[in-house]
Amino acid sequence: MKILVCISKAPDTTSRIAFTEGDTQFDSNGVQFIVNPYDEWYALVRALELKEAQGGSVTTITVGEADCDPVIRKALAIGADDAVRIDANPTDALQVASLIASHASEGRYDLVLCGKETIDHNGSVVGGMLAELMNASFVSLATSLEVEGGVVKATREAAGGLESVEASLPAVVSAAKGMAEQRIPNMRGIMAARTKPLNVVPAGDALQAASVAKFELPPAKGDCKMISADQPEELVRLLREEAKVL
Amino acid sequence: MKCLAYLPTHDGQATKAGLEAVSYAKKCGADVVALAIGALNADGGVGSAGASKVLHVAQDLQDEAQIARAVSEAARAEGASLVVAPHNHVGRAVAPRVAVRLGAGMVPGVTGLLEGSTVKRNVFSGKAMAHVSVDSEVKVITTTPNAFGVEGGGAEAAVESFAPEVGEASLKVTGFKASSSDGSVPLPEAVRVVSAGRGLKGPEHWGIVEELATTLEATTACSRPVSDMGWRPHHEHVGQTGITIRPDLYIAAGISGAIQHLAGVNQSKVIVAINTDPEAPFFKAADYGIVGDAFEVLPKLTEAIKNLS
Ligand SMILES: Cc1cc2nc3c(=O)[nH]c(=O)nc-3n(C[C@H](O)[C@H](O)[C@H](O)COP(=O)(O)OP(=O)(O)OC[C@H]3O[C@@H](n4cnc5c(N)ncnc54)[C@H](O)[C@@H]3O)c2cc1C
Repeated sequence: MKILVCISKAPDTTSRIAFTEGDTQFDSNGVQFIVNPYDEWYALVRALELKEAQGGSVTTITVGEADCDPVIRKALAIGADDAVRIDANPTDALQVASLIASHASEGRYDLVLCGKETIDHNGSVVGGMLAELMNASFVSLATSLEVEGGVVKATREAAGGLESVEASLPAVVSAAKGMAEQRIPNMRGIMAARTKPLNVVPAGDALQAASVAKFELPPAKGDCKMISADQPEELVRLLREEAKVL
Repeated sequence: MKCLAYLPTHDGQATKAGLEAVSYAKKCGADVVALAIGALNADGGVGSAGASKVLHVAQDLQDEAQIARAVSEAARAEGASLVVAPHNHVGRAVAPRVAVRLGAGMVPGVTGLLEGSTVKRNVFSGKAMAHVSVDSEVKVITTTPNAFGVEGGGAEAAVESFAPEVGEASLKVTGFKASSSDGSVPLPEAVRVVSAGRGLKGPEHWGIVEELATTLEATTACSRPVSDMGWRPHHEHVGQTGITIRPDLYIAAGISGAIQHLAGVNQSKVIVAINTDPEAPFFKAADYGIVGDAFEVLPKLTEAIKNLS
């Protein structure tokens, strides 16, 4: 089975969030970038497990500029066979999806995995768009994934529980927590990653329809009102009369 | 402006998330037509929230690819320039497909009204907001659950049957396992949440958390290590790598308030932190704080709330 895993870079979860150029750009000064956790911990690791069990290959794909290469190497160190980077600086999920689709269409892959969302844009959009563009089935927010006899068998988050679904290949699956366990790359993986192919391809025409006009930081939080541990009634009174949430 | 709202239903009634999407479009000034699929009682309650008409597809569709075809066809037939759906499990699967079919720009999980061609949403897991501008004539928007509320008081909507060309299904649902037997509201939509962390010291101590939650009609949540250690199920894990929530009231007991945890909960309207450590970072993000032992404070708080009524 040929598997494609979408890998995105995201600022480390402890990064200070700030903006530059009139609040139009993320300030990456001093920011450490990581592989987006959903892509790494769940999508990539499950793809590797499927390959280990059934054979085939795992390729990663990233839409981004050369500053993505370190996180792509990390994905290769964890175990992907090769990587594709489409050289573009995308502003919108439709653009990302259409560039990936231009590479993934024509039956090149049986299965495409992506994380359920990135921790910077939190869109949860690329997978669904990709499925539509590739005319593939789509399992969103999957918490487990098997492929048996050409059929995807997965569980996914649904209203108030988990749903079991079956879908035909080719399929796009977005990975949520539960699908796999994080793998830490070992020294051999890190060494091997240096020489694995990372193919940079120019971006062709892409759809594009949205962009961020301006970022904004949330207003500073007011002081925390402290209540004595022996006076829970006082907290209840404040929640009811002051905060009006009871 | 005409809007087509995709309305997920449950037992023939619109879900709260669906009604929020309809109310959202109404507040944006749109004339709203809702699309409902499968069983529907009268107008499903959507007229009251502001829809003027319901297009009803009698066939029950499970594959979001088919639902997306129905939504897209309805949007074209109605000449809608806005398509809305809730940003929940169904909306996340349907809306991106619709955006592609309609050649529309999509803005997921919005928290502000559409003003001209710009709309606000949270980014960096709630640590910042972005004003996204959409160039396309048709726009697809999904609404963050519990961000807008449900309008009421509208007249019953006319129901028209609608038979779109939906093609073959590529996905079928084969089973369902409920995550909570108590019938509490799913976390992303919950209005009140009681959450606990490693400070509770073990899964056997969750009774006091559940009791407070039951008393408040709240949903339970937890920090990441708690779900990683299997003390609580994964679907309760909130934070940057779990579920993002924005309830009216978030009570956190025995959670330190790490930045990754706060990212998923800091949009809550009111935050209460209970922690033995007066230096716990959570107190910097909370509105109300109690320095104390959760094992003593939680039962007392439950008692105090019971005494209210
Ligand atoms: C990439 C990445 C992503 C992450 N994503 C998330 C995420 O999505 N969500 C998340 O929650 N975490 C996340 N984390 C983990 C996060 O950094 C913290 O480690 C975690 O939130 C700590 O959980 P905790 O507060 O339950 O435990 P601890 O940090 O161990 O805190 C326990 C707290 O309980 C208090 N306490 C102890 N006993 C009592 C008592 N009897 N009564 C009251 N209080 C008591 C202590 O003072 C302490 O503040 C992530 C980390 C990384 C690196």
